[in-house]
Amino acid sequence: MTETQDPYAASSRETTEGTVYTVTGGDWDELVSETSGDERIVINMGPQHPSTHGVLRLVLELSGETVTDARLVIGYLHTGIEKNCEYRTWTQGVTFVTRADYLAPLFNETAYCLSVERLLGVEVPDRAATIRVLLMEINRIGSHLVALATGGMELGALTGMTNGFREREEVLHLLEFLTGLRMNHAFVRPGGVVQDLPEGYEERIRAFVDVMKGRLPGFHKLLTGNRIWRERLEGVGYLPLDGCLALGVTGPILRSAGLAWDLRQVDPYLGYEHYDFDVPVETAADSFARYLIRVEEMHQSLRIIEQALERLEPGPVMVEDAKIAWPARLSIGADGMGNSLEHVRRIMGQSMESLIHHFKLVTEGFKVPPGQAYVPIESPRGELGAHLVSDGGTRPLRVHLRDPSFVNLQAAPAMCEGGMVSDVIAALASLDPVMGGCDR
Amino acid sequence: MSTSGDAKPPGTGAGGASGPTGASNPDTTGSAGTGFGPQEIARRDVSGSTAGRAREGMFGIQGSGDTSGFGGLRLPGYAPAPAERPYGGWFDEVADEAAAALADDPDAPGVGFDTCVHQVTVDRGEMTWYVDREHLVRLARTLRDDPALRFEFCSGISGVDYGEDVPQQLHVVVQLLSMTYRRRLRLEIALDLDDARCPSLVDVYPTADWHERETWDMFGVVFEGHPSLTRILMPDDWNGHPQLKSYPLGGIPVEYHDAEIPPPDQRRAYT
Repeated sequence: MTETQDPYAASSRETTEGTVYTVTGGDWDELVSETSGDERIVINMGPQHPSTHGVLRLVLELSGETVTDARLVIGYLHTGIEKNCEYRTWTQGVTFVTRADYLAPLFNETAYCLSVERLLGVEVPDRAATIRVLLMEINRIGSHLVALATGGMELGALTGMTNGFREREEVLHLLEFLTGLRMNHAFVRPGGVVQDLPEGYEERIRAFVDVMKGRLPGFHKLLTGNRIWRERLEGVGYLPLDGCLALGVTGPILRSAGLAWDLRQVDPYLGYEHYDFDVPVETAADSFARYLIRVEEMHQSLRIIEQALERLEPGPVMVEDAKIAWPARLSIGADGMGNSLEHVRRIMGQSMESLIHHFKLVTEGFKVPPGQAYVPIESPRGELGAHLVSDGGTRPLRVHLRDPSFVNLQAAPAMCEGGMVSDVIAALASLDPVMGGCDR
Repeated sequence: MSTSGDAKPPGTGAGGASGPTGASNPDTTGSAGTGFGPQEIARRDVSGSTAGRAREGMFGIQGSGDTSGFGGLRLPGYAPAPAERPYGGWFDEVADEAAAALADDPDAPGVGFDTCVHQVTVDRGEMTWYVDREHLVRLARTLRDDPALRFEFCSGISGVDYGEDVPQQLHVVVQLLSMTYRRRLRLEIALDLDDARCPSLVDVYPTADWHERETWDMFGVVFEGHPSLTRILMPDDWNGHPQLKSYPLGGIPVEYHDAEIPPPDQRRAYT
């Protein structure tokens, strides 16, 4: 016997079969005995729960079925994206940040690139800006569809889930056609976009808009008037405007509390001031209001997509500065990969200087003048800001993403405490957190 | 233009006298006569706002007997230049209003704007105030509550590690937003690595809670007054603070076509 006995050691007894240990649940027994006097229960939801968007852990303290204390544990999807970016060139950083909020990759890329461009002091050509807007709005529809689909699944509306993911598949197919990848596109680059849109993009996008215009009203038919859906969502997850401001909440949650704060309109970037669209606002500040806002925002995104198609003029999609722009003018080849045979012929056969320049730019990257920049954009979940610091080198000194999922999740206890345990799911679903962005 | 060939490190003791562009102007002292001998690399003495390491050589190669001339390239550490009046746009208005509000504050008479904010920088259309940490909370409260300022929204708090050879290498960066006036302002607090303590802003902006926990987790900045400063992204029992420059990226070498490619933080860097 040691002088200090391990309180958690398993008790044992000798039998004819050998030593038999009785293993108990660590400090769980103690926890239960502490709380058993007064109906308090501590339950642990997660770290992996089908109703959480990613790997999120909730520690709920219950009194009966009422949540008295909610605590969120995050970090299970931390992948060190910000740290990794410091060891790659500015251009390579795009491939990392695109993986942060994996439901809105084009927003991560755009926020990052806008910040790099502010540090560089360059402005992207009109066509590149319009392509970014176009892609982001397509992406916004896809992200909101997942929010509705998973939210529906979490509340038992399985048709909402299947319909939502079916529609999202249209989005992913379109994005695959336009950028080459379904997710994690790395299509936006400092200075513009990787390459021009492929031939036939206009017909494909118009067909997509038509399909969506036919299918989006289905959500109203299926869910908006649905009595179960309304009773599960109305008055649940209430967070008024002052709470939103204090907790830094942005996006549909802030707009559901009555403030028409959309960075596309209040602080326009990439020429959003030239588009005609509405910012839907509700005042109920509950989960149902957020649902309505997301559905309406998808319709508004369709409007922006149509206007962006009208605004697309022929022109370059990358800045002219040869010290920043990738030297090749890539186009999608028969294999679906971006390539430029003309450029390969030139650097391999004709111009040594071009080869050197290509090699230097691709391996070493371009230098960014020292300083810092913070550029926020309106992602589907709220203010997505990219704070970049340069020390004048070819790699970032610091990349920080102010991800709306991270900030909005802080509001979850304020939404859940005092409510029923079943409403925790509805409230969390209305936050639409994406843990990849939250943990980065 | 700086005078090349001058053996004295440029900018020492200049204290901002060289004007706003002086700091970021790359000072190339690579001409003949400077040589490759050990030389103190110059850095402007702007206390607490130096933000970048000094550079030597073009490819980061040292002690190799490089005769290409690249080794003679020396750049002083970057320090953001203090802005001079007028700042332009609404920047002057915010600074004036903040100064007036702080001067009228009965709680701390005599602690004015210049005491709280030791440098104002306007760069790329963004305004940064370099703040003394003793006055951070009071300044933030004034910025939030004063009717002419109304920075009612804190977008985020994060850290920046500028590297070991920079004085006060740790910076805490606070992004503020005034929804009323549609303005953004950045507060920056420079800290020493061995005294990484900063007052917590949770009382003023409740959203600071998780941001400060993340900054503690990633940089080891202790936010005094925070209700529960625990790790948030890394496991509770983790050692070290991963975003510090002294913390390795890790990774394993990758073998590809019989060649070994080292992990990213051990590859040759062209910075």
